Amino acid sequence: MGLIVHQELIDKEKAEILVNLCPFNAIAYDGNKLDITAACKSCRMCVNKGPSGCITFEEDKIRKDEKDEYKGILVYADCNSGKIHPVAYELLGKAKELCKVINHPLYALMIGHNLENEAQSLLEYGADRVFVYDDEKLKDFDVESYTDCLADFIERYKPSSVLVGATNLGRCLAPRVAARFETGLTADCTKLEMKENTDLVQIRPAFGGNIMARIVNPNRRPQFATVRYKVFDKPLKSEVHGEVINLEVKKEWLETSQDIIEVINKPKEEDIAEAEVIVAVGRGLKSKSDLDMVNELADLLNASVACSRPMVENGIFEAKYQIGLSGKTVKPKLIITLGISGAIQFTSGMKSSDCIIAVNNDPNAQIFDVANYCVTGDMYKIVPDLIKKIREGK
Amino acid sequence: MNIIVCIKQVPGSTHVNVDPDTGTLIRDGASAKMNPYDLNALELAFGLKEKYGGTLKVVSMGPPSALEVIREAIYMGADEGILISDRKFGGADVLATSYTLCSGIKAAGDYDLIITGKQTTDGDTAQVGSELAEHLSIPHMAYVKELEIVEDRVKFVSNMDEKIITATLKMPCLICADGDINTPRLPSFKRKKEYGDCKDKIKIITFNDVEDKDEYHYGLKGSATQVEKIFEPDKESERMVIDSGDLSLQMYELLKERKFV
Repeated sequence: MGLIVHQELIDKEKAEILVNLCPFNAIAYDGNKLDITAACKSCRMCVNKGPSGCITFEEDKIRKDEKDEYKGILVYADCNSGKIHPVAYELLGKAKELCKVINHPLYALMIGHNLENEAQSLLEYGADRVFVYDDEKLKDFDVESYTDCLADFIERYKPSSVLVGATNLGRCLAPRVAARFETGLTADCTKLEMKENTDLVQIRPAFGGNIMARIVNPNRRPQFATVRYKVFDKPLKSEVHGEVINLEVKKEWLETSQDIIEVINKPKEEDIAEAEVIVAVGRGLKSKSDLDMVNELADLLNASVACSRPMVENGIFEAKYQIGLSGKTVKPKLIITLGISGAIQFTSGMKSSDCIIAVNNDPNAQIFDVANYCVTGDMYKIVPDLIKKIREGK
Repeated sequence: MNIIVCIKQVPGSTHVNVDPDTGTLIRDGASAKMNPYDLNALELAFGLKEKYGGTLKVVSMGPPSALEVIREAIYMGADEGILISDRKFGGADVLATSYTLCSGIKAAGDYDLIITGKQTTDGDTAQVGSELAEHLSIPHMAYVKELEIVEDRVKFVSNMDEKIITATLKMPCLICADGDINTPRLPSFKRKKEYGDCKDKIKIITFNDVEDKDEYHYGLKGSATQVEKIFEPDKESERMVIDSGDLSLQMYELLKERKFV
């Protein structure tokens, strides 16, 4: 443990304060000795907020990479579908800002087959250099060969940070490579900042609750972060100044355990992440049949219908309609939430929407913390009335 | 065939508040449950065991209270359980958690297939399974919807963004199940009565039992990331409360003004 308990300073009173302070019930006191249990989540609340000096944080013998040896921010561009997933452009825009702080180059990397045209588009969105591992056998995703390619790039170019879009492929690949380099990975960041010492500040909801955490990876490189689609804005195209560089694919990387039987394109289906207007419904909905009025309102607004997690858990909606940390991130021009209390689990998936109108009968509902318009009232009265007014045009 | 399913105990409620005076977290720590996504992983494994035979072990890393979810899995049909628990393992980030699971699984004996859930509801990162596979140097695939065994290989169907990949991997390998792929069974009352506290079926692995005894690979010391600060999310500054008068009329006017109707 990096946390040291200074038993000589602990008395019953201080022990009680510490036991109550710990949000994870990870401090135990038997009247004699204070112990930190395996439930510890290293939030260090006890160090920072507890009685002074009772618990301290020890930092020795920890691996410390030479930060100066690592230069550049790498954006991994997922092109599994044959086209670049647009989250890569959003990441390039953000990474460009981060590069400016530390005067680092911006790299983009693609793994796949026949990617020339796509590589060009990454240059148009600001990459200084685009690297490509191209081989027929890389056409379909194979976690072993893709990991070898990305790891090869990191060994050769030593980027300081690696940003990966949180597509299913990205979530499969990024952790694998981060583990190979025994370095940190922060998933689903909602905000990124750069310190002058090249530490990437990764901000995301933490501990599954209504709390945000600033996470850093102060000693190891590279620093891996994944970000979901529609969290950052797509940048404007800029003048192309970079180049595309093809890197050698080693034969042994392609000798993997995976044998592909079939790869099929999923039928195009409605994707709430693409919707410009969304009507989202939550636990305030009393029964499935009440969805009729929600659908009717959505039709009138040309909106997609989405939901919060409990609605998937109770079987009213399929998982693909769920907004939130365990569902999709959306950024529509307008979102109307009906009967959604607004746990951060949900709001982190929609709070960057341009306009948020929340309807809830509890004036203290957390959804009102992120809403632009907080309508305090009963959705069962408001929705039918609103439908009537839209139909009548007044 | 030996199957391992990784499970985790998560808080029953994900509701956390910050005390405005002290800045500390207030959490209702009373209730805890099995991570819901692990139920899908377990159900996938039960299906394989019923079809192909073999043993099914559940592995969990956490404080002693996690014994509860291990027992629950045994009541559902798992043969045995392993709890990886030690003060030295506490405070772990994704890297240290996956490494600890790797060390614990190695200490627990042979396996052919490891199945994990899609993600947990307390961390929501969906990264531990993939990192675990890398530490164990075995192939893996995530977002798997269907799974069967074909000789010494697993055949899977994976939901990879715009593609559905059907392929095989040589065992030993690791599979991260997708969520919402099956209907998990309930614990059996008969098994609960028969096995009670499952004392003979659960083994505890501590720091003393793992092969790699470098403390700097575990827990807080082995974590690459650090939480610099925790804070409450920004509250929307420009906001308007509509709580009196004709609510639907005010909403209608808003929508009209913004050209949505």
